[in-house]
Amino acid sequence: MEKLKYERPLIKKMNTGIPNKFGQKAAFEPVKYIDEVPVKQLIEKFGSPLFVLSEQRIRRNYRAAVRAFSTRYPKVQFAWSYKTNYLNAVCNIFHQEGSWAEVVSGFEYHKAINNGIPGEQIIFNGPYKDAEALNLAIENGSLIHIDHFDELYNLITLCKSHHKKPKVAVRVNMDTGVYPVWDRFGFNYENGQAWSTITKVLESGVLQLAGLHCHIGTFVLSVNAYKAAASKLCDLAMKCKSQHNHIIQYLDMGGGFPSVNTLKGYHPSGADAIPSIDEYAEVITETILNAGFEKDDLPLLILETGRALIDDAGYLLGTVVANKRLSDGRKATIVDFGVNVLFTSFWYEHKISPAQDATQHTEETVLYGPLCMNIDVLRESVNLPLLNAGDHLVVHKVGAYNMTQWMQFINLRPAVVLIDKSSNVHLIRQPETLEYLQTPELLPDYLKIVHG
Amino acid sequence: MKLRKNIATSENGFIFNPATGDSYSGNAIAAEILSMMKNGQIAEEIKATILEKYDAEPNQLDKDWEDWMLQLKQANLLDE
Repeated sequence: MEKLKYERPLIKKMNTGIPNKFGQKAAFEPVKYIDEVPVKQLIEKFGSPLFVLSEQRIRRNYRAAVRAFSTRYPKVQFAWSYKTNYLNAVCNIFHQEGSWAEVVSGFEYHKAINNGIPGEQIIFNGPYKDAEALNLAIENGSLIHIDHFDELYNLITLCKSHHKKPKVAVRVNMDTGVYPVWDRFGFNYENGQAWSTITKVLESGVLQLAGLHCHIGTFVLSVNAYKAAASKLCDLAMKCKSQHNHIIQYLDMGGGFPSVNTLKGYHPSGADAIPSIDEYAEVITETILNAGFEKDDLPLLILETGRALIDDAGYLLGTVVANKRLSDGRKATIVDFGVNVLFTSFWYEHKISPAQDATQHTEETVLYGPLCMNIDVLRESVNLPLLNAGDHLVVHKVGAYNMTQWMQFINLRPAVVLIDKSSNVHLIRQPETLEYLQTPELLPDYLKIVHG
Repeated sequence: MKLRKNIATSENGFIFNPATGDSYSGNAIAAEILSMMKNGQIAEEIKATILEKYDAEPNQLDKDWEDWMLQLKQANLLDE
């Protein structure tokens, strides 16, 4: 007689009373394929855990964002935010689509150059640009966005020795109704510092003021905040024309559009809560078009959108290591990826699906990573089917920031693969090895242990 | 590991504890094990029956039995 399929015994307390008004369908629909490639096969070939990126999804997101803006405004340019995901394969997908590069360090600047991006298509942002990279940016004609007065005067000094007149923008911070105000970057609009800086740049004689830049926050759910920001940048640009007869060539609205992830403690879930990219495009373009620019003076609109273009194109595959029951009766499951790899689990409630069939029975589970550290908690409480050691899981929407902010800690960082539009799988980052990690280490002779 | 005498169970996995007023629902295998426990069968007999009927490894069942006991204790369904 054929034996029946086994499932561990489970009882669940039945609660009566007021139902949870934020109730959601338990996420036990198995996800067995990513872009038609079996999850099981990916793990067998590349190991577990494993990051998987969908090229098709990245390109689709990018084209939708470009369409949202370019159907409303005549001059639009996207610049890929390297810090969101600077794997070369990812950057080059965006560059193939026509995106410039937006970098915030010397390291990222060199990455963009190595990816073949012309200097004049690199936007150099951030509060610290090392002298070597800044010199290179001046030589290459990159767009340098000034963050503070020390940088401005340093730049003026460097330009005198270069005999070059680089294109620069002034980064402006402002009150947009979203708090806290990101006033640590750039010059403030309300207290007049931004205008004072603009004047100093124009009067320097060695810098070309090409643009104005802002980046008002991250995961900004208020469309109106962008309206306020665009309005204030337009006001400064119009003032440049009226008081200095200087035309601002571009307005860079930065990034900050949210992805469809769910922030911790935020209801309803991401997909139901966030405005579409069209809504952001509508308020930004409408504000600029109605600001009073003459037709020929209409500035180029630059966007540095990162997470909204790639988050839902990334998946993290993993494996259940063990189950246990905590002293208070809660179920706990340990998986082979931790917070050091899934960095965004600190602020998102990531959707997690099983990768194989399961029954309809589910259990509230605390999901722990494999690190021998108390902080390694991926989900405080997630409804999952009855998983066994060796079962696979799929974490959704992990494409932004994880593959740059991840830490090598206790375990080695995993491989990253890209699935192309024909469902071919490409290894785009090898898993780390002990040799790779130890290459920069040096051991003084007197500390070498010799046996015998 | 005996179930409290006054615990009411049904074939489809419904459990009621009249002492606390709490109700529980169980999956099919939980219902089956509860029924055997109510009939006074000991752990080894129940495990043997499960292994014969279901596609389970003895080690897996052993681990799950530990967890099962903790669930019953947590729900206050066992005699001390």
